[in-house]
Amino acid sequence: MQFMLLFSRQGKLRLQKWYVPLSDKERKKISRDLVQTILARKPKMCSFLEWRDLKIVYKRYASLYFCCAVEDQDNELITLEIIHRYVELLDKYFGSVCELDIIFNFEKAYFILDEFLLGGEAQETSKKNVLKAIEQADLLQELWEPPQGWLSELSLPAST
Amino acid sequence: MPAPIRLRELIRTIRTARTQAEEREMIQKECAAIRSSFREEDNTYRCRNVAKLLYMHMLGYPAHFGQLECLKLIASQKFTDKRIGYLGAMLLLDERQDVHLLMTNCIKNDLNHSTQYVQGLALCTLGCMGSSEMCRDLAGEVEKLLKTSNSYLRKKAALCAVHVIRKVPELMEMFLPATKNLLSEKNHGVLHTSVVLLTEMCERSPDMLLHFRKLVPQLVRILKNLIMSGYSPEHDVSGISDPFLQVRILRLLRILGRSDDDSSEAMNDILAQVATNTETSKNVGNAILYETVLTIMDIKSESGLRVLAINILGRFLLNNDKNIRYVALTSLLKTVQTDHNAVQRHRSTIVDCLKDLDVSIKRRAMELSFALVNGNNIRGMMKELLYFLDSCDPEFKADCASGVFLAAEKYAPSKRWHIDTIMRVLTTAGSYVRDDSVPNLIQLITNSVEMHAYTVQRLYKALLDDISQQPLVQVSSWCIGEYGDLLVSGQCEEEEPIQVTEDEVLDVLEGLLVSNLSTPVTRGYSLTAIMKLSTRFSSINRIKKVVSIYGSSIDVELQQRAVEYNALFKKYDHMRPALLERMPIMEKTASNVHTMFFGGYVWYYFFTLNCAFLSLAIPPMTAYSKNGLKIEFTFERANPNPNIAVITIHATNTTEADMTEFVFQAAVPKVSHDLSVTFVLEWPSQSPDLNPIENLWRELKVRVAQQQPQNITALEEICMEEWAKIPATVCENFVKTYRKCLTSVIDNIYRNFWTIKRT
Repeated sequence: MQFMLLFSRQGKLRLQKWYVPLSDKERKKISRDLVQTILARKPKMCSFLEWRDLKIVYKRYASLYFCCAVEDQDNELITLEIIHRYVELLDKYFGSVCELDIIFNFEKAYFILDEFLLGGEAQETSKKNVLKAIEQADLLQELWEPPQGWLSELSLPAST
Repeated sequence: MPAPIRLRELIRTIRTARTQAEEREMIQKECAAIRSSFREEDNTYRCRNVAKLLYMHMLGYPAHFGQLECLKLIASQKFTDKRIGYLGAMLLLDERQDVHLLMTNCIKNDLNHSTQYVQGLALCTLGCMGSSEMCRDLAGEVEKLLKTSNSYLRKKAALCAVHVIRKVPELMEMFLPATKNLLSEKNHGVLHTSVVLLTEMCERSPDMLLHFRKLVPQLVRILKNLIMSGYSPEHDVSGISDPFLQVRILRLLRILGRSDDDSSEAMNDILAQVATNTETSKNVGNAILYETVLTIMDIKSESGLRVLAINILGRFLLNNDKNIRYVALTSLLKTVQTDHNAVQRHRSTIVDCLKDLDVSIKRRAMELSFALVNGNNIRGMMKELLYFLDSCDPEFKADCASGVFLAAEKYAPSKRWHIDTIMRVLTTAGSYVRDDSVPNLIQLITNSVEMHAYTVQRLYKALLDDISQQPLVQVSSWCIGEYGDLLVSGQCEEEEPIQVTEDEVLDVLEGLLVSNLSTPVTRGYSLTAIMKLSTRFSSINRIKKVVSIYGSSIDVELQQRAVEYNALFKKYDHMRPALLERMPIMEKTASNVHTMFFGGYVWYYFFTLNCAFLSLAIPPMTAYSKNGLKIEFTFERANPNPNIAVITIHATNTTEADMTEFVFQAAVPKVSHDLSVTFVLEWPSQSPDLNPIENLWRELKVRVAQQQPQNITALEEICMEEWAKIPATVCENFVKTYRKCLTSVIDNIYRNFWTIKRT
């Protein structure tokens, strides 16, 4: 996978994960153009299209479009499954996920994605394991304190 | 200083903005606050500030001033800081800036951290955006982690290694030992990422491919277990166990089995099993079937298996899900060359897909349909394709028209069918046909001698209906010009001959000349056609009148033609019939009819050449012979390229005086965009005009003449004397001025001697 974009029906970007090195300007241009192209497509059209020299796989879930750019040798149908798996993960984590969850907790959406995919490929095929890892990491975030050492004498409050 | 506002608070606030300007104002205010907070090196709230910055970055606002702050967060000991820091690095930094290298040390430390989630963050970041330098520095750490027994880290290390190999292919070797027992893992995450790693290595290196071929039995076993094992809640997707892993294994098998008989044989059974046992009611099953089909078609599978694969694709074509149909058409397109007959069986389904609503599916179906046309199905297929041409979107018309022409040319069952098909394309998609179609069609028509009457009649009728489609109009004009006599004499055998008079025909052609719809090229065709009819029709006076009117046309192209045709009527009327006679059959290599006019300063002469001369031998001809000046043209094909005609002009002066200011002008018509006409001026090596020795002879002649020799002996003596007396400086001068002489000649060649006009 080269990149994944999540955007709303109005074309607002909610998440962008890039697996290829591109400058900020190039990313902006690609996002803008691709979002326009996909939003222009009719609902009856198929989920795959050729755009520039990439294969694009996209699917709409409620008000959000999930869009991936994959390589030539990648299986488009399994990419649809990957997108679906990600949506399921978000759904399980947030409990009936909606666009607002992703807007207000975008960093968490990224964390979940980074436990599911790495470098554009799936790193974990078990839903349970991904969610467990996220849970543990969240816990770590709550409980983590720097090693006490000489600071333990000064009773400093735990910072959030 | 109050604590910076929380992230969610900021998001809420920004969302209340009603205009772009309002939003921008809020963002700017917050950015200013964040900047001053960064300046104060506030450790406590750095994380919060960077998170807010990332949100604003997603909205499209610049956030580069946060890059260094991300690095500081990564270096922090707090997990929250690291999490946001690494996220920020992945979003704001890119490997083209040197700043990212500052991360390397932090990542190295974190790869060795005591907490696996920190190690995980580091691996993820490296595997997502690590530059080649970073990869080189840290490959060792990744390799270490690839050997760990912690499956959480091992799977991440595998994908990180994939990224390292992509960035620095030379490092591939160092990961080889660690791959030894990757496939014996029970953990699906590790299995999946290992297969990805092995795939990457095999694709990049033929040696690796050879090395890993021995893994085929193990891979087959794993796949078999996945299929045969019962319900596994952890990996189940709609009744299929770990489809992601299955697909990746199938893909690796494809690479390993390619061009290797033994490996291919070892996987035949499992492929057949997957192909027949996979549940196809949902997308996930079809995804596996799709990958299986791709593998079967790529390895050296037995024919039964290949037929099975194509049948699966055929079933896909009937699936309600358009995604499946799309994927099927794409795959069939890839296999149509190698398994042509098998794909033919699904021809009718493919043709049905031409009527699909989806643009991508339509295009694939069209490409596939053209690939399937052959001598047996041409009539049926063409009916469907012409219907498609009628109703399809404009973006398809050009490609479809070209495809129809190609197919018709290859497989036309009869000449009449061929011409009918062409007519149909020209009338339905006439404005979309490519430019080179016109000359190709003209050639086709010319060569179908027995169909001339029929063709010209049909084209004439088409012109009566519609003169807006230029390629159609051009071909029709040309035909009428050539075969107008057949039209008027009603010689058509194929269908009911129509009654049309010469005047009616001329009306139509003149109509084209004046119509706003006609392009200049079309007008040229019409005028030439009218001219040609002067030898086929009896109403010469009318034609003469038209031609003389256009002699003052604003369009330079038309004007030139008219003037020259006028001259043909006046001065060279005796040549007119020969010049305008019917075109002979053209060879495939000839691409167009062109008319060359030669006009000169000294004389005015023109003649018509048609490209048939490329196939026929043309005898030499005397173009001009008057007042002691004789010009001869000889024609031959160039060696080695027979598509080049070489016309040599021999000019002979039989008078006693020199002929000076010899100016030759050649006019070359604009034939077609593709045809290139180049004139190469060849100045023979023994040509006296540019030989400096001639100057010396003249010098000697002058000196000898001054001595006035009375007899031959005296002449000889004086010649020898005067020759010896010519000083060396005179010769030197001739040599010195030779260069200037040459450049001046070259200048004049392009200015006066040869004026190549394109008409």
